[in-house]
This record gives sequence, C-alpha cells and structure tokens, in this order.
Amino acid sequence: MLVNRRLILAHFWLAFAVFGIALTLGAWQMFIRSPIGTWLSNPELYYRSLTAHGTVMGYVFPTLVAMGFGYAISESALEQRLVGVRWAWTGFWLIVIGSVMAVIPVALGRASVLYTFYPPLIGNVFYYLGVVLVVVGSWIWVALMAVNLRVWRKAHPGAPVPLAMFANVAGSYLWAWTAVGAALELLLQITPVAAGLKATIDAGLARVFFSWTLHAIVYFWLMPTYIAYYTIVPRAIGGRVYSDSMARISFILFLVVAMPIGMHHTFADPMVGAGFKFIHSAFTALVALPTLLTVFTICASVEIAARLRGGRGMFGWIRALPWDNPMMLALAFSFVMLGFGGAGGLINMSYQLDASIHNTQWITGHFHLIFGGAIVIMYFAIAYDLWPHLTGRELIDLRLIRTQLWLWFLGMIVTTFPWHWVGILGMPRRMAYFDFGDPAIAPQALSVTFSAIGGFILLTSGILFLVILARGMRAPQADAGPYRFALAVHQPATVPIALNTHALWVALMIALTLTNYGYPILTLAMTEGTSVPAVYVGAQ
Amino acid sequence: MSTEETHGNGSASAEVAARVERRWATIAVIIIVMMAVLAAFAGIHRATMPQPRVETTDPSRIHLSGEFVESNLGSVLEANGNVTVRAIGQQYSFTPACIVVPVDTPITLRATSADVVHGILIQGTNINTMLVPGYISEQLMRFARTGDYLMPCQEFCSFGHEGMWGKVRVIDKAEFAGRAKGGGRLSCVGQ
Repeated sequence: MLVNRRLILAHFWLAFAVFGIALTLGAWQMFIRSPIGTWLSNPELYYRSLTAHGTVMGYVFPTLVAMGFGYAISESALEQRLVGVRWAWTGFWLIVIGSVMAVIPVALGRASVLYTFYPPLIGNVFYYLGVVLVVVGSWIWVALMAVNLRVWRKAHPGAPVPLAMFANVAGSYLWAWTAVGAALELLLQITPVAAGLKATIDAGLARVFFSWTLHAIVYFWLMPTYIAYYTIVPRAIGGRVYSDSMARISFILFLVVAMPIGMHHTFADPMVGAGFKFIHSAFTALVALPTLLTVFTICASVEIAARLRGGRGMFGWIRALPWDNPMMLALAFSFVMLGFGGAGGLINMSYQLDASIHNTQWITGHFHLIFGGAIVIMYFAIAYDLWPHLTGRELIDLRLIRTQLWLWFLGMIVTTFPWHWVGILGMPRRMAYFDFGDPAIAPQALSVTFSAIGGFILLTSGILFLVILARGMRAPQADAGPYRFALAVHQPATVPIALNTHALWVALMIALTLTNYGYPILTLAMTEGTSVPAVYVGAQ
Repeated sequence: MSTEETHGNGSASAEVAARVERRWATIAVIIIVMMAVLAAFAGIHRATMPQPRVETTDPSRIHLSGEFVESNLGSVLEANGNVTVRAIGQQYSFTPACIVVPVDTPITLRATSADVVHGILIQGTNINTMLVPGYISEQLMRFARTGDYLMPCQEFCSFGHEGMWGKVRVIDKAEFAGRAKGGGRLSCVGQ
C-alpha cells in the first residue's frame, strides 16, 4: 500500500537527478586526466569537480535512495500509512537546502577540499554547514523509520517484523551512528575554524573521526542493495528466500561489525598506534562474514526459482533462470562486481598488502567497483521495480532496460579493472593530470585511456537510465497492484526476540565503537601541541 | 543459528536447509579466522607492522629547531651501517626533492609535514606512508635494486597536488659510503 507516492518519487527523482550531474562530472574527470584529454590550464577546476562528484555521490545520492526506498518499505511491508509525512517532507527540503548551500561555494572554488574534507585544509563554512544539513535531514528519516516500526509493533504485538522493514530500520540505525563521527569532526573541529573562531586544528584527530564514518557509510550505501537481494529479487524471479533467519543475522552482523573497523583507512597514518590498527584489521575481516552468508543465501534462493522453473542438474539450473528479467540480470552483474570488489577489499584490509596500494588508483577502482558497480546497479533495479507502483504506469521497454544494465556493467568493468592495475603500478589518486611523457609514467597511459572510455560507457548508461524513468512517467496507465516483498521458503510464524528487535544490537554497536575508538580519540584529544595552523583554500 | 520456524510443515526439508546453512556459515568463519591469523603471522614473523609509536612535532616550529631543521634533512649513514633519511613534505614539494640511499641497507625514513596532509609513495615498492602535520611518520625500508624511483605525493594537498613528485635514487653501497665520508646530510638534488 503505497500512499505517499509523491514523497517517494520526489526522493528518487532528486537522487537520480544529482546522480546524473555527478556522473557527468566524473566522466569529464576521467577524460581530462587521461592522455586523450589536453592538460588543464587550471588544475583547480578538476578539484572543484572532484569535490562536487564525491559530495553528491557519497552524501546526497545514496542517502536519498535509502530514504525514498525506506519510506516505500515502511508503507508497503508494514501495510501502514506513513506516520509523520510532514516531517518526511521537512527532511527532504533540508537535504535540498543543504545541497544547494554546499554546492555554491564548491562551484565558486571556495571549498575544493574533496568530500573527505582533509583538514587542516579549510574551505568556505557554508560547504560544511550544507553537508551537516543533509545529514540532519537524513536523521529525520532515521527517526521516522523507528517511529513507524514502533506504531506497527503496538498494533501487532509479538508478530515477526517483515524482513524488509527489519533490515531497513537496521540500516537507518547504522547510518545514524556512523554519521556521528563526521558530524563530530565538522561541528567540533572544522566549522569553528572555517567560521574564523579558531585558527588551528588537530588534523590527526580529524582523520580518526572521519574514519569512524568513512567505512560504515559504505555499508549504509549497501543496505538498500542487500534489502533488494533478500526481499525483491526472489519475488521478481519467481523464487523464495532460502532462509529468513539467516537474512536477519546478516543484517544484524552489518549493524554490529560495520562500525568498529574504520581505522583500516588509517593503516599508513602516524597518529594511531599499531595495536588499534591490528584490532580494526581483524574486525574488518569479520565484516566479510555477512556478505559470505548473503552470497550463499541469495544463490540458494535463486536456485529455488530455477528449480521451480524446471531447472535440473548440479549447474544446469542456471540456464533455467529468467535471464530476460532485468532483476535477474542486475543481480548477476551485481554479484560479479561484488565478487571482484570484495576480493579487492580483503586485500585492502590486511596491513601488509594495503601498503602496496594505499592511496593509489587501486583504491579508487575498488570503491567504484563496489559502490558504483555492485551497489548502484541494484539502485537501478530497485527503481525499475518500484516505478510502476509509484507512477501507476508500466515500464514497457524491457530490452532498453537490459541494454542499460549491460552498459553499466561493461562500463564499470572497463573503467575499474585498468584502474586497479595502474594502482598496482603505484599511480597516486586525486591528480588533475599526469605527465605521460615521463618514461616511468608512460606505461600507464593505455590503462588510463581505457578507464576514460569506460567512463563514457557509464555516462551513456546513466543517461539511458534517466530516459527510461522519464518515459515511464508518460507511459499508458496500468495498475501494478500492491507492492510485495519476497516470502521465505519457511515463512516464520514467530521469530526469536533477538532477531525481531534492534535494541541489543544497537547497544553492541555503540559499545564496540566506544571500545575500538574511545581510547584513540581520548588520547589524541588530550595530547598537547598537535593542533596545527589551518590552511584556507580559495582565499588567494 | 536457531531456526524456530522449522516446526510446522515441511520440517524435513527445513532441517536440510538449516544443516547446509550451518555448514556454510562454519566454512565462512574458518575463512575469516584463517585470514586474521595469516595477517597476524605475517605481521609478527616478517615484521611488517605499522609504526608502533605515536610521535608528535609542532609544524610551525620544525624549521627553527629539532630534527627537521633544513640542515638536518637528507640521508645520513649511522654508526651501525644503517641509514636514516629525514624529509618533510610541504605544498607542493618534498625536501629533499631527490632522496639518495644505498642498496641492500636497512633504512629508516622519518618524515613529517610542514603544512597540510601529504603522503609518500615510492613507486615499484610497498613503501607508503601518510604525512600528517603535527605527527612524525616512521617507515623501515630496504631497496634490493639500484636505480631511480618516482615518489609522488599520494594524498590530496590542494591545487598543486598533481605537481608534487619527488624521486628516490638508490645507489651502490660503496659509492654511498664514499659520499657519506665527509659527514653531513646527503641528497641527490640537482644531480
């Protein structure tokens, strides 16, 4: 029962519109720093673009998708009108205002600090305040998800919370808590300096605060994708979820162990000792567990669909899958990219291997493959699946949808595989241009060219995506019926309280964060003489 | 992994499902424990651990006194035959811009930043460390081959970042010892 369709559509449209802009910037960046582009006379333009690309893709786009999808889940999985619609619109407009506020100084070259902030570089204060507003807007969504679940529980005492909503609320809690790290950095450290109240800042402490956000935010981006794996894909291809409880365990594990691992981003940093780096490395290994469980459960769920369709044999069932179904295609592409990206992630998490590729193009390749690839392709699939229910019109051209998904998959492979390779060769990140005339850099030219071509394939696919959605707004009307989620093979009549509530796991998440971050943050905060003069950008 | 829903219809198939699932979960846990053990083993046995201690320094005073004054930057041959390299990064260059070191020698790189966050990456090796203003980075290294290595700044340090490239020149041990005889701090700047 999707009542507030305008609210959900507004979130999705804004998300995909800013995605289109950021994607265009990304393609331009790939081109301009490749051998096929000419050297930028003003490299600063590159960093403006990079700041905008990162800020939109990291903070605005996935947050809006999670919010829109979250509202849709709340209304359709709980079969209950959204409580707090006015608040939801408030959150939406906060994000609009915050985005505009942040993008103006970026466009003017007053905040080219990248979305990772990098103090003691300090940009215009409105950039940071804009980002804070975006986060505050999303926190309203977190609160609404909790409130809606509570209202539903009151009406259905003891009943199992539908899996989609259970996971959705877990994702919202994860986001609420992981955003706190960057929020502390912004509010306690950066904004006072950007506003001119202070002139020094502890760059090391800021990096630790940011690492608190930087890793778990990826799992927040991942949540809608995993919710789609478990609760949309099996239904869309005519199967069942292999195990409802395993799904819940996976989401709980994400909630608990995605948080206390962020310091693997600071392996090469001087302000954290070896002990905490090892602890965070070990916890990072642990976060592979929910993904390994998910891969198994989803493959088994897909196999059920294939066998119901008459598939036989050890592997022969794969042929019986509905490959012309966009959801099936998106899932397969997503899994392939998750496989390669996940393997790369296991390399990054071990200190010894990370030293070879830290801050090289390998890292950029890695997170584009995971986020831009495995995650975003499922955002597309979610939009395609929801669209008829939101617009009351059918998406007719399945062939065009399949083409779009294929292009995204191929584009992502062509972009990120050479990207990984030049990273191994030691090519550093975030550079406006490279001197391909240098004999030591010349061998990387071909790979960088391939990546740039991949960028344009991705841009083509992104435009196609927007065209398909826009055409879907004008297609003939058709009633898509109520929006449903996949059922489990053994649909639970009751669920143990630990798998039906979040309180225990949220407490564990906070406790683990405090044990893994409390000591490093306190010691850094109490160490004298580590604050350094701010370096203002765009002030010249 | 409790599966209360196994009661009811089709409990036989549900038990099979639960058993297969448990097996897979066990395998997954073993994989992860193996990886953590491997990382710990490599760290301890091969001594490839991150820098153990946190050292601080005041970037607004490093040019006035202490170990990172300009006259102390560069490579120095220690009494035990090891080499210590001291360097700083600042927008948008390294000092010294060309670091000279001997081949097959244990080297300690000590470096910091004079302004914003930078990074040192020596291409073709796994030498890779951040330079965070206020803190000293220490990295152990050893080169097996002579030759020139590019050393770009690997962290965004504002508009000139793409132009911040240094160099490491690894030379013969005897040649280095000869040049080190006169004392002082060695570099290959201008050579």
